[in-house]
Amino acid sequence: MSSVRALIDGLVASIREGDGQAPREQRCAAFANAGLTGPVRTLVDKVASRARDVHDEDIAAARASGSSEDQIFELVVCAAVGQAMRQYASARAALDATTRSE
Amino acid sequence: MRLAILDTGHAFWSKLLFAFIRTVSRQPTPEALKLVAYRPEFYGSRMKAVTHEAMRGTSAWSVGDRELMAAFVSSANESEYCTKAHTAVSARAYKDAGKVSAALSDLDAAPLAEPLRATLRMLRKLTRENTVDVEDMRAVLAAGASREQVEDALAVAFAFNATNRLADALGFSVPGPKAFEVGAKFLLARGYR
Repeated sequence: MSSVRALIDGLVASIREGDGQAPREQRCAAFANAGLTGPVRTLVDKVASRARDVHDEDIAAARASGSSEDQIFELVVCAAVGQAMRQYASARAALDATTRSE
Repeated sequence: MRLAILDTGHAFWSKLLFAFIRTVSRQPTPEALKLVAYRPEFYGSRMKAVTHEAMRGTSAWSVGDRELMAAFVSSANESEYCTKAHTAVSARAYKDAGKVSAALSDLDAAPLAEPLRATLRMLRKLTRENTVDVEDMRAVLAAGASREQVEDALAVAFAFNATNRLADALGFSVPGPKAFEVGAKFLLARGYR
């Protein structure tokens, strides 16, 4: 599966930089789980750190603060993929380090 | 599903496909399919390609091994929908449900080859702690997994660490065992594309 890294990079580029209804800066902030405020920040941080603790109220609060369902969909996707990407990068760096220090 | 658009907001052709699937399978439309079929140009098409390559692309790991990794990562995230879904696929791929439940309940004692056991141990740490270090990777390589196998396992973990979060955050409803059996049969025949 040597092409999987390119596919992952394409996915990340699409959700951060591609056409969407949430502003690109907000999608990138959700991906990084950094630089957001209010209910969207709470929701994004829960998706990244403890997605099982997301409740209906978290979505409702983000809607009440002005985000549409489509914008919330995009930001939740960015938060989930962003956290998975940080894990992936950490593990790849650890694997690379096994050759450098041998 | 916590967002109504993911239940009813799909394009006409997707709704037609969902109706066909419900008729043929006699099961509700899978929540995982509803997610990737919504505005697929934004997320779903690309995520399906990533997942298909990770789970069905060329690899020294078998399909059963990779489905077990998916179930194992999902279990470490306590994601009920994904754990049940991929436990069913792995059990069917291996033709051995006991091996899968043993791995999920007691990794150290389960009847697994050492490279797979060490890889699952590393994936569990990565999933729970969000990071692994060089010593964790050395342990996997010392157990006999190749670098390529480690890379392949990390792609599986990427796909499911993202998907587990979405399943739980978006509130996928968890159907009964029959739905997961039907889903497992489909995913083994057709993959994730």
